[in-house]
Amino acid sequence: MSGRSRLAGLRRGLAEAYAAPYRRTLARAQREEDDLLMVIVMAEALGVPGPASFYTLELLPAVYDEVHAWHRRMGLDSSPLEHLSCC
Amino acid sequence: MNSLLLSVIGIGMILAGYVLYSRFLAEKIYALDDSRPTPAVQLEDGVDYVPTNKFVLWGHHFTSVAGAAPIVGPAVAVIWGWLPAFLWVTIGTVFFAGAHDLGALWASVRNRGRSIGALSGRYIGARGRNLFLVVIFLLLLMVNAAFAVVIANLLIATPTAVIPTWGALVVALLIGQAIYRLRWSLPLVSVVGVLALYALIWIGDSAPLALPETVLGLPDKAVWIVLLFLYAGIASLLPVWVLLQPRDYINGLQLFIALGILYGSVLLARPQIVAPSYNQEVPDGTPSLVPLLFVTIACGAISGFHGMVSSGTSSKQLAKESDARFVGYFGAVGEGLLALGAIIATTAGFATLSDWEETYQAFNDGGVTAFVEGGGRIVEAGLGLPQSLAATVMATTAILFAATTMDTGVRLQRFVVQEIGDIAGVRLGKLVATVIAVGVALALTFGAGADGSGGLLIWPLFGTTNQLMAALSLSIVAIMLIRRGRTPLPALVPLVFLGIVTIYALFIQLGTFWSEQNWLLLGLDLVILVAAVWVLVEAVTAMSKARGYDGDDDAELAELSEAEVKERT
Repeated sequence: MSGRSRLAGLRRGLAEAYAAPYRRTLARAQREEDDLLMVIVMAEALGVPGPASFYTLELLPAVYDEVHAWHRRMGLDSSPLEHLSCC
Repeated sequence: MNSLLLSVIGIGMILAGYVLYSRFLAEKIYALDDSRPTPAVQLEDGVDYVPTNKFVLWGHHFTSVAGAAPIVGPAVAVIWGWLPAFLWVTIGTVFFAGAHDLGALWASVRNRGRSIGALSGRYIGARGRNLFLVVIFLLLLMVNAAFAVVIANLLIATPTAVIPTWGALVVALLIGQAIYRLRWSLPLVSVVGVLALYALIWIGDSAPLALPETVLGLPDKAVWIVLLFLYAGIASLLPVWVLLQPRDYINGLQLFIALGILYGSVLLARPQIVAPSYNQEVPDGTPSLVPLLFVTIACGAISGFHGMVSSGTSSKQLAKESDARFVGYFGAVGEGLLALGAIIATTAGFATLSDWEETYQAFNDGGVTAFVEGGGRIVEAGLGLPQSLAATVMATTAILFAATTMDTGVRLQRFVVQEIGDIAGVRLGKLVATVIAVGVALALTFGAGADGSGGLLIWPLFGTTNQLMAALSLSIVAIMLIRRGRTPLPALVPLVFLGIVTIYALFIQLGTFWSEQNWLLLGLDLVILVAAVWVLVEAVTAMSKARGYDGDDDAELAELSEAEVKERT
């Protein structure tokens, strides 16, 4: 094995050792933040006046894909939005 | 006897165990089978289930299981002489810890990477899960209390370690930032982190810090304990990437470096062992060797905590079943070597027998302080470091191991408190659960002795709980073996042995606490005793039920995994 590929292997191994034990915790933290963003973006559509809705409106298409997983996580069997039926 | 010879014999025995016994276990008993997909492959999700290279997986399996416990236990237990501790560590690692760790990993891999808690639900019954929660709560409680006292003792005995201990937190914080914000590459971070840690040790060595003897009416030891719990509580609430993740990483590297320094020094210095092989004149008040030796050294000979790591995380990352032999069994080997290093440091690191006897004046007197002193002397002789610097290296190493375990312990305890709350129908927030977790541990630490001196009285109790946890995992392994029509003896023999020594030790301790009128520990002992009897009764019932089992456990499990795969897609 050449020195360069050995170094790359070392780097991968160390990265794995660094990340692996905490992957789950970090994934959960990220999901919590994503859920918060979802509530903010969807606020207006859910009937909650949001002061930032002028800006978050254009994020709406970007979160559509996540709506299904999100409302299932929030314990709702079907989509809370009338104009958006995902399941 | 020369310490080099002893380490060669010990390492030889443990490695022979890996080469011979683990092969037997892997092929004949657990029948590891690479044609069976592991949970990591079948349920791969990039988060929990990730097939991982076996060497990398062994690295974080080993660093998660090895901590201060395999140092503290042997350092206390050599009071009976080095031979009993040596034999228990080597034979224990080969036939107890190895079989247990590999078995727990195998059991969990076959069960979709589920934890021992979930497995006790399947193989023992509905009560199994609650039983598991009780045992784990007690285990974490005692880990946190005992380790806080261990660290406080070390900070007072070696004031030069104060700066590196707390400075290591700053290093960890900066490393977290360097990785996530500055995107430094890990080899660079590792070198810089380790250098910074050793620079701190060097600074600390020339600038010892000590608290005044009393602060606000509290003795200095009590103040350190309160500060440590305060820190552990805050650390467990911070996002993990800020502190715990980089801290674990640097400590993992430090574990290998410290092992290298210790064994390297033994090789260079080759000190004679001054302690007696079997101590016939143990100080007054030392409990009898049988059964206390077997609960004083838990980690390093067999430890239930390993089963939790095996079943909680490692089992979800195993790329193929045959890797379990290396990850599980060799993980136990690594821990055994750490315990062996501690035995050598505490028996060969003294100039004369009378020096050693002076340190080991009473049971629990030696402990980690003896490890720091003895290990420091061996490093001094081997590597030519000045004596106080060598002692600071050893003290900082021991403190960092204990502190990382405490960080994780408090964090895990919070989850357990929340889970118990859930069962009781109360939803506990993060903060409340942390306060409860820290509060009970503090209450136990101070309740056992007003100035915080009671923490080490808990040590044998910690050992018994740890063995109890191991017994629970072993009974699950035994039940699975019975269901497959194979001999359960490799799990059953350690299980029976542990059952006898833990219950015997608990009774002896009852007597001690009674005569000392320590009602808190007496009560705790009774609780553990009840849990121990409960574990054994459940295990025996479940095993006799398993004998009448005529289904195909592996086929049932395969069906369950397929159902889970389908559910995910």
